[in-house]
Amino acid sequence: MNLLTKTRLSLLLASMCLTGMAHATDVTGAGSSFVFPVISKWATDYSKSTDTKINYQSIGSGGGIAQIKAATVDFGASDAPLKAEDLQAGGLGQFPSVIGGIVPVINVEGIETGKLELSGKVLADIFQGKITKWNDSAIVALNKGLKLPESNITVVHRSDGSGTSFNFTNYLAKVSPDWKNGPGEGSAVQWPVGVGGKGNEGVAAYVKQIKGSIGYVEFAYAKTNNIAFAKLENAAGKVVEPSAKAFAAAAATAKWEDAKDFNLIMTNAPGADAWPITATTWIIMYKQPKNAEKSAAAFDFFKWSLEKGQAQAESLDYVPLPKELVSKIEDYWKTEFTR
Amino acid sequence: MTENTQYMSAAVADVTSESEKRAARDHRHDAWFRRTMLAAALLVLLLLASIAGSTLWGGALAFKTFGFEFLTSTEWDAVNGHFGALVPIYGTLVTSFLALLIAVPVSFGIAIFLTEVAPPWLRMPIASAVELLAGIPSIIYGMWGLFVFGPFMAENMAPWINDNLGALPLIGPVFQGPPLGIGMLTAGIVLAIMITPFITSVMTEVFRSVPVALKESAYALGGTTWEVVWDIVLPYTRSAVVGGIFLGLGRALGETMAVTFVLGNAHQFSASLMLPSSSIASVIANEFSEAYTDLHRSSLIALGFLLFVVTFIVLAIARLMLSRLSRKEGL
Repeated sequence: MNLLTKTRLSLLLASMCLTGMAHATDVTGAGSSFVFPVISKWATDYSKSTDTKINYQSIGSGGGIAQIKAATVDFGASDAPLKAEDLQAGGLGQFPSVIGGIVPVINVEGIETGKLELSGKVLADIFQGKITKWNDSAIVALNKGLKLPESNITVVHRSDGSGTSFNFTNYLAKVSPDWKNGPGEGSAVQWPVGVGGKGNEGVAAYVKQIKGSIGYVEFAYAKTNNIAFAKLENAAGKVVEPSAKAFAAAAATAKWEDAKDFNLIMTNAPGADAWPITATTWIIMYKQPKNAEKSAAAFDFFKWSLEKGQAQAESLDYVPLPKELVSKIEDYWKTEFTR
Repeated sequence: MTENTQYMSAAVADVTSESEKRAARDHRHDAWFRRTMLAAALLVLLLLASIAGSTLWGGALAFKTFGFEFLTSTEWDAVNGHFGALVPIYGTLVTSFLALLIAVPVSFGIAIFLTEVAPPWLRMPIASAVELLAGIPSIIYGMWGLFVFGPFMAENMAPWINDNLGALPLIGPVFQGPPLGIGMLTAGIVLAIMITPFITSVMTEVFRSVPVALKESAYALGGTTWEVVWDIVLPYTRSAVVGGIFLGLGRALGETMAVTFVLGNAHQFSASLMLPSSSIASVIANEFSEAYTDLHRSSLIALGFLLFVVTFIVLAIARLMLSRLSRKEGL
């Protein structure tokens, strides 16, 4: 080892010790990969102005729930909300963090992005293998002006367990009784037809390759990969195009006041402009903190990100929570959590 | 005289005791050496047993809940908690068998070319290229399969296979299916590319070990290159060649990432090679991180145990075949 390397190493060590001292609190979290990009962006920007360092591990929602239950992390993040009895048993509370939209993506010859219209029922029938051709009368009835080809439909779904699948199947179960009694809702269900791609990128790749295919991905993936998406008819009977505004409308019009511990999935929201497959990720924390200092630091971080982190969220194609919801969450913090 | 004898005998005794001491020391060292080697060998067995034991323990809930049905059911429904391993087992075996079907002749050809046919200046570049192939991480094969090979299959190969092989009687249905470009056939071909370097390097190595005198005698008797390879080289190296093939098979059975990308990951039982399926390793990779319920997680660990069992059975059959073959030839 030469002198230069030695000096470098000792400098590195010294700087590590120094940073260790400068960051009085290190908050650790784990869970959903859906929120990983935005939480890490928030964490970087937040650590510039404060001495709190947020360390988030994107290990999947199941892992996040297991870790917070074992109290090895300060907060967990899950794409599916915990049930009231689970929260009570663990002494846990949960609140939404940021919104994203899930869109049906298609690869149909001659159909441009945003031109095809689908209803929830038709979407469920396609994913259940009941509608197998693009010129099926049910699709034609919704798209009078479009010339639909007589090609087979190939369904593409997620092969890995994921919150995207959870929200998508939850929506299908809400709009189609057949789907509810058939595959049901879950992060991994028994898909009746189709092929499974790994991750959003896997589904996006399959849909781009397979002619006549339909899949579902997070909106950001459809945008960055330039895949054609379809419009959907929402609960109010209006056909909407996926957009940040439509996702926010879903979050704003969802009936949060009836949902204890924010245990509400935003799919099929009632608003006239609401996008029907809108999703969020819940942050899960102990109501009686195991480590008061770290818990307080985590709350400060989430308060900052909900109130001041909108720009970062938007830059990554997430949608910040609407103001009304943020104030509800802050009330929830005051009443439910010991700080 | 007596003095002398005394001196002599003392010296002899000294020498004897010296050599006895040495022998005893050697013996002790030998014993230690043997014990250390034994411990190293036992460690492997212990590791194997504890991995098998812990996967069996982790999968106990699934085995208890479903019993024998876990092996025969094609259902894999996380929502209602019904799990069966038949589709992943079938997918694993079919893709690995396909991979061997393609990789063995190709590897054999490369190895023969490298040892018998190729001019010396060409051997090094080809041998290094093959070794380089072995060093590529499986995720790269997976991405290549997904973005390059899959679309190529869908556009060029699948329609041809559908029209020609799909029209054959009896085996036709095996080659019929929508031109997705992903599925068991694609996975088998990608796997074949992945295991070819392993089989090739073992074959090349053992073909080189054949005594030159043996080969030269055969050539002197007027044998062609093919005759020398088939009748002299191959019988001489048979067990090592089979060993190399099963090394490749072992890798194919357990391959995870590349298969996950190109297999299509569908829990449906289908005879057609053009349709998606799932393999044991791909199911575990796909679902483990988001397996919420104990039963789901236990079923995935049970799948891991089954992969152990499947690999063990396949290797046992290979050994059996090999010993039968050598007994028949009286070797």
